[in-house]
Amino acid sequence: MAEKGKIKTLDQLRKIREEAKKAMDIREGKYEYKIVVSMGTSGIVAGAREVLRAFLDAIAENGLSGVMVTQTGFMGSKTIEPVVIVEDKAGNQVMYGNLTPEKAKEIVERHIMKGETVKEYAVRAPVE
Amino acid sequence: MMEELALHIMDVLQNSLAAGARNVELDIEENSDEDLLTIRVRDDGKGMTKEELEKVQDPFYTTKRDMGVGLGIPMFKWVAEHCDGHFSMESSPGRGTTLEATFRLSHIDRPPIGDLASTIFGLVASCPDVRLLIRYKGIDGEFVFDSKEVKDMLGEVPISDAHVLRFLKEYIGGNLRDVMGTA
Repeated sequence: MAEKGKIKTLDQLRKIREEAKKAMDIREGKYEYKIVVSMGTSGIVAGAREVLRAFLDAIAENGLSGVMVTQTGFMGSKTIEPVVIVEDKAGNQVMYGNLTPEKAKEIVERHIMKGETVKEYAVRAPVE
Repeated sequence: MMEELALHIMDVLQNSLAAGARNVELDIEENSDEDLLTIRVRDDGKGMTKEELEKVQDPFYTTKRDMGVGLGIPMFKWVAEHCDGHFSMESSPGRGTTLEATFRLSHIDRPPIGDLASTIFGLVASCPDVRLLIRYKGIDGEFVFDSKEVKDMLGEVPISDAHVLRFLKEYIGGNLRDVMGTA
């Protein structure tokens, strides 16, 4: 049975744009963090889409702005998929592997919101 | 293996992005009269030669560089053909690639479409520079989503802003739920 969605039209985006713009002006439009999700076939099979979704949901739920989520193809680390790289504005990168939606949420809460590297999930890219 | 067609779609769209596509169209149609489900992806990426096109569909061909990505297309093709459907790809260098997979809607082994909202929401949010045009023609109606429309409305506000993500999640999820049948 078709349940009618609450948001039906794009018109509401105009209002959202104004709200988002206010937040953007405060931090001068700069990205604080970039999250890159590895989305090759092996990543998708291992659950990369759910991990991507969990990052986006956590950003939305915590009302964060200044976090960019992007995706890339196979990163060369098949054995530790799903894999993401978190990069701060200074260019420091941490690679996280064997992720789940729960771990992704935790990375947002600790790394993105508190600046703490989540050592338990950090990995080094295996040499292949 | 992938248990949802929405995961195969994610994989195919990822191939389009890897081929440098700036415009990607995804059409999905449920046709109960003809007992047919059609999934079509068209991109303007770099395209493939005839030889490359054959290799990408061949499960026994993989290069070391392609490790981990080599099986996506052969798996999708196998699922379509196993479900009384067809699979075809057309491509030429510089002219992009078109892929079409069909399935018998009622085939007992046909995987469900699955969480298409997550596939689309995830892609729209994570590749803002690519225009994604999505048409879902379901039994209960049609949903058309054009990421360019969203981008134009947002102006300088990035798509990955929390406010925007909250909107898109509900907008895409809600509208898809309205038009998707039981597929």
